[in-house]
Formats: sequence, C-alpha cells, structure tokens
Amino acid sequence: MVTLRVNGTSREVDVDPDTPLLWALRDELRLTGTKFGCGVAQCGACTVHIDGQATRSCVTPVGAVRDREIVTIEGVSGKVATAVQDAWRRLDVVQCGYCQSGQIMSAIALLAELPRPSDADIDAGMTGNVCRCATYVRIRAAIKDAARTLGG
Amino acid sequence: MSARGPLPSLELTRRRFLEASAAAGVGLLVGFNLRVGRAIAETGGPFAPNAFVRVAPDDTVTIIAKHIEFGQGTHTGLATIVAEELDADWSQVRVESAPADVTRYKNLRIGAQVTGGSSSMANSWDQLRNAGAVARAMLVAAAAAEWGVPVAQITVDRGVVLHAGSSRRTTFGQLAAKAATMPPPADVKLKDPKAWKLIGRRLPRLDSRAKTDGSAQFTMDVYLPDMLTALIARPPRFGAKVKTFDASAALRVKGVTDVVKVPTGIAVLGRGFWAARQGRAALKIDWDESGTERRGSEELFAAYRTLAEQPGTRARRDGDPDAAIAGAARVLEAVYEFPYLAHAPMEPLDCVVRLAPDGCEVWAGSQAQTIDQQAVATAVGLPPEKVQVHTLLAGGSFGRRATPNGDVAGEAASIAKAIGGRQPVKLVWTREDDIRGGRYRPLYVHRIRAGLDASGRIVGWEHRIVGQSINRGGPFESALVKNGIDATSVEGAANLPYSVGSIGVELHSPDVGVTVLWWRSVGSTHTAYSTETFIDELAHAAGRDPVEFRRPLLKDHPRHLAVLELVAEKAGWGKPLPSGRARGVAVHESFNTAVAQVAEVSLGPGGLPKVERVVCALDCGIAINPDVVRAQMEGGLGFGLGGALWSEITLVDGRVQQSNFHDYRSLRIEEMPAVEVHIVPSAAPPTGVGEPGLPPIAPAVANALFHLTGRRVRRLPFARVTA
Repeated sequence: MVTLRVNGTSREVDVDPDTPLLWALRDELRLTGTKFGCGVAQCGACTVHIDGQATRSCVTPVGAVRDREIVTIEGVSGKVATAVQDAWRRLDVVQCGYCQSGQIMSAIALLAELPRPSDADIDAGMTGNVCRCATYVRIRAAIKDAARTLGG
Repeated sequence: MSARGPLPSLELTRRRFLEASAAAGVGLLVGFNLRVGRAIAETGGPFAPNAFVRVAPDDTVTIIAKHIEFGQGTHTGLATIVAEELDADWSQVRVESAPADVTRYKNLRIGAQVTGGSSSMANSWDQLRNAGAVARAMLVAAAAAEWGVPVAQITVDRGVVLHAGSSRRTTFGQLAAKAATMPPPADVKLKDPKAWKLIGRRLPRLDSRAKTDGSAQFTMDVYLPDMLTALIARPPRFGAKVKTFDASAALRVKGVTDVVKVPTGIAVLGRGFWAARQGRAALKIDWDESGTERRGSEELFAAYRTLAEQPGTRARRDGDPDAAIAGAARVLEAVYEFPYLAHAPMEPLDCVVRLAPDGCEVWAGSQAQTIDQQAVATAVGLPPEKVQVHTLLAGGSFGRRATPNGDVAGEAASIAKAIGGRQPVKLVWTREDDIRGGRYRPLYVHRIRAGLDASGRIVGWEHRIVGQSINRGGPFESALVKNGIDATSVEGAANLPYSVGSIGVELHSPDVGVTVLWWRSVGSTHTAYSTETFIDELAHAAGRDPVEFRRPLLKDHPRHLAVLELVAEKAGWGKPLPSGRARGVAVHESFNTAVAQVAEVSLGPGGLPKVERVVCALDCGIAINPDVVRAQMEGGLGFGLGGALWSEITLVDGRVQQSNFHDYRSLRIEEMPAVEVHIVPSAAPPTGVGEPGLPPIAPAVANALFHLTGRRVRRLPFARVTA
C-alpha cells in the first residue's frame, strides 16, 4: 500500500512501490486523462506535474513520489492552466487528442516557468511530447496565445 | 495475414461506389424512417426520423456517426452536414457513434462499415443532407399541424421553428413527440448552397473540450467491473509458432491471474497493466521458427532491385514507351527505395471484450466495424449479430485500425473465450508490440526511366514498382486486385497526370513473410515521391523551371494545374530567398483531392533538410469546415514529413530492429514548419482531406534539397542518406 497526494487529496493505492505512477493513476485511481503511449519516457503522453514539474509518469515509481504533490490533467487549475486550455480550444489544436493531456501539462509547466517563451523555448519545453497527428503548428500558436492572455 | 474466418462479401472499389452511392442510401433511409419513427412515437420518446438523427425533448440534436473519429474531424464534419439541412443551432448538436450495423451504416464507397480512403465526407454527403432534410421536413410538418398553418409559411432558424404571420415559435424539442407521428416525406428539397449557414464556415470541433480536460474516452480508458488486462507474448519472427511454454514464473507474479494460449501467442492476464506486463516478462516460451521469414531489409532491397530490371505485370500502357525512350535524345533513369513503415498511432492498439453465453460486447476504436464484428464472432463462436460493437474515439490510426482480419479485436475475443468469459478483458499492445508487430507500409523499390527529345519534351516514361500487395489474399482482393495488379500498389503512378508521350507502368508483387497494410495515403506514400522527384530531375535536365516545366504537361488536368498555379503564386515561386534557402514543389492527387505544396528548406544539423515553411494549395470540392481542412493539411504533411525524415522499420535476419519511439522516430515540434493552406473555392461535392495532404511533402522537400545542395535523395528516410 502506498499513499499518494493526487490533485490535492490523499489516496491509497494497493501496488508495489516500483509500480510506475502512470498505472497507479490509471488502473487504481481511474484518472484516465493521463495516457500510456510508450512506457519509456519517449512520447510525453503520460506527463503529470510533480511539485509543479512536468514529469513522465510512465517511468516514475510510485515509491519515489510518496510525499510529493501530484497533479494530473483532471486536477490542474489556476490562471496558467485555464489560459492554456482555453487557447487549445480557441485554436482547435486537437486531432485524435490522445497526446493532448500530456501536451497541455507540458505547456502549463513551460508557461509557469517562462511566461514569455521564445520559439526556441517552446521547442525545448515541448520536444519530448510527440504528436503523431502533428498538431505542432497549433500547439505553438496556442502556447503563444495563452502567453498573451496571461500578459506575458 | 490469413483471415480468421469468412468475411461478408465486400465489394470495395473507391470508384465503383461513387456510382452506387447515390442510389443506395436513400431508399434504406426511408424504409428505416417508417419503422423507427412510428416505434418511437408510440413510446413517446425522442424523435428519430432516420438512422442518423435523434431530437430529444431537451432540444439536443444527436447525430449518429457511422464513421470513427480518430483525429480528422469526422464527427464534426458529419454533424455539420446534418445540422445544416436541419437548420439546427451548432450549440445543440451532439454526436454519438453508430453501432456495428452494415445495413444502415455501411460506407457507401466500400460496402462495409469502414472508415478509410478519406471517404467519410464524400460518401456521407448526399446521405446526411437527406437525413437532415427529412428530419427538418417532419419537424415543420408537426408545427404546421399543431398551429393549423401551411407548411410553406413556416421557417426554421438555428433550432427555432417560426410562423411569422402569427408570431408563433417553438423548438425542436417541443415538437419532437409530434414530429415522430408525421409521415416521412417522399421527397425532400435540399438547401441552395447560398443559404448555407454552417457548411463552409469555421465551426469549433465538437471534441475539443473533452480532449483538453482529460475526459475524452478512448478504448484504453474503458474500465469494466472485474476487468482484467491482457498482454500477448508475440513471436520473435513473423510466422513463428509457440512450440512449448512455461507459465509458472509468470503465474507467481503478484496480480497475474491467467496465462492462456491464443492463436497469435501466449496471453498473460492480470489485475492491471503492470501485473500483466511483469507476468509477460516472466514467461518462458520456446518458439518454432521453421519456415519464418529470415530475410532482412537489405536482402529485400537487393532482390527488388533485380526485379525492377525485369518487365512486370502491366498496370498501364499507352503507346510504345520502349521505342520512345530508345529514340530519345536523352534518357534519365533513377531507382528509389522505400522502407517498411509502422503506423505507431499514439494510442497503442487495444480492445475490450465482455463475453456472455448469449452475446458479446466489444469496445474498440474500430475503423472497420463490419470486419471487427465478424472477427470477434468467429473467435467466440457466436453469430455476428450477437456481437455488439461500441466504437470509441481512437488515438490515431493512420490505417492501422482497419485490418483485413480484425486482428486486435479477434485477439481480445480469443482471450475472453480462453478464460470462458469469466471476466471482461482489455487487451493492450505495448509500443514495442506495435512497432514490431507488422502490418507495415510495404517496402518498395521503384525504377523510372524517361526520354527527353532535343527540345526537352518528355517522349516516353517507364515506371516499374516492386513491393508486396496489401490486398492479395484478403477480403478486398476481388475489388482491388485486377489482372494481378493491386490498385493500391500503383495508385499515383498508373494515373500519372502528366502528358509524357508513351507511358508504361509495371508492377512486381513478390511474397514476403512480413504482414503489410495501408498507411495514410497508401500507394501515394511512395508513388508521389518517385514521380514528383523524377519530374523535377527531368525539368532540371531540360533546363526548365520546375513549375514552368509542369504546366504544359498538366493541360488535361485542370484541378492539378489550378492548385499548382495557386501554390506558386502564394509561395512567391521564383522570387529571391535568403541565402541558404531553397524551394521545392510537388503536386499530387489522392482520394480525388488535388494538392500542391511548396517547401522552403534550409540545411539542418547533420545535413538533414530543415523545412522552414510549407505553402499548400488544394482542391477538395466543398470544404465543409475549412479550419478542419487546414488542420488536416498541417497534420498530413507533418505526418509525411516525420516519416520521410526519420522513420523506417528495418529487418535483419527476419527480426525487426526498432522497438519504440527512440529508434522509430516521429516528427517533433522543432521540426514542424510554418504551414499556410489555401483552399480552391469549389461547388463540387466534397472529396478527401485526411490523407491527401501527405503525399506531396516528401518530394517537395527532396526537390528543395536538390536545389540547395545538388544532391538527389532516392532512398528514404532522409536521415539515412544525409547523415
């Protein structure tokens, strides 16, 4: 049994400590917005925030994040998150949508750290999030749009 | 490759169904109108005048989508067509997936319930306009009856039904019960396009919200009570069979419940993915690899190059290309090599099955409900009508979720059957299973020879293609393989639009023990590359500008010419560029949509082309939702660019070398160019957009790279030859 703090609430999960956080979130807590894409931190679909940092949950053992603040797409909130999600909707970024939870979590973390990201900052912050539909033109535009909304 | 069982006779040809589609839909619809309309009226439920529309008392209008949504905006587009004729307000429109039912929900181009061939809008256009118009007519008739006024005096605007003379107004929901008692009209008049309020406008996608807050439901997100997760240990080489296996260590893994043999390997079931994965890793399997494919990619390329020197089966022959080339002032020849490619959709392949004694339920991102339903029925031993298919959103497909044998659904059903239906089963393919699991875009070799006369005019063209047939031995063989030619192997080459004097196109379709499948834009993934880069070589040899060279050759193809002219104008073709940049152009038609692209390229790290900007022009008939069309061009060319820059599946000694996204690279954000899309205004019925954005990008980039460096890339991906 491992106790985790997820989206502001303490949750107990009946898994071994070496179980990846992704599967604790999905199979135990039914927080299915965080996606399985590769299992080896090569696609970013499983991105969550751990103490505000964008983190690949598929390679993060639950035992390593017992005392940390874990936020998933279902629990993300605040000014930056709202601006990012609104921009994503305004520009209709999504296609299949499967990677977009991860894209949005990475974008929120990027804007929280760099309110006025350059194209190079966006490349560096988002390069680990693969989108097979190649919605990248709109991801870039939506990040800039959100930055404008936030007054960056 | 072998099908699990007999499939319904599928009469698939894209073009034959063009003719059949108009006749097929409406009669069925009206028949269905009568039955359902009356049944629901008796129970006082919502108004469901046909198989595609349901109006509820709460004013929601639900469109039943026969096609899956896996990114191309299909649900939004289908809903737009219905809502337009219905005069619904966009905010009241919802979409739900149709059940598997080939009678009501077949793709009119394909004859089965399949989403593919970029045909969702094209085959639904007349059918859904009629469906919306019938619903509207019955709502209007209900209002006229209630108010005692003539039908002709009633108008409908954004979900509100009005009688101007008496200032009476009501809503669809309030009329639903009465409308359900109205006889369906024998004939409906469709709107004049000038009156369209939704078609041709940028409407927001219906799935944007759910896909940005984590609530969108994919198959991976289905959790049924007591459900187990299953992974299958799969053969190390294509065609290998399980000789013996030892499950004892796997069964000792915490959470593992079962280990069962299924036709494609050994399935490990557990409470959750992680248990199943740990269990699978602990399996010991002895494989019988006798008779498996042992060749590697290099051996295949060598064998194919030899075949390309020999005459093949004729796919097209006009005039005498041999004589024309023999008599030419100048002859050019090039050989092109294309690797196997995996689809690698972001959502790994998956399927949920719940088996009961008298029926079976399936949850899947099904691209071919008719086939998946049959595959499950065969695996569990039930008639197809006892198999209920719930189609969910799918995290991409690019062709992978439509297989000739319903492979993933069939496997899930086999596992459910093997545990006697004791618990529901979610089958998950890991990314490694997907990358190594076959069903690839085939490996191809092309050889093109052409002759120019002394004035630089093309007088003869000979094109040989070597690669596995996608359809031979499958359910679409009778429709798509004619006289030994698989249409999907030569599309884009046999219908070369250029006037080139005499032309011969020939095909070799060798057998290889690697499973293959359509990959977004299918034959055009390779034919556009060879033809459009070779035309560029000929233009260069003739000392002509590539756009100017193409113009007279396209005189019989006005849509190609129009998109070429438009893209040249918008891209500033011929205008100076900063140093270190060059442009390349390509034009290609697929799925009845003509697309031209100009790529502006610089040199990136390692000599790889860095694509700075792409200008794209297309003619897709009526653009139902221009913003979705733009998105499909952006995404299609991005998918194609990633494939051309990075992607290849290679085999050595019959084993796949790649395993995950680290060595099967996709496009990443820093490699995505700026994209500008221009849509040719058109009053013609809509054609495809999901695939046609892809084919021109790789040749456009290759042509730009040549103008920049003088190097011709004739083997993909670029990463292999430029590094």
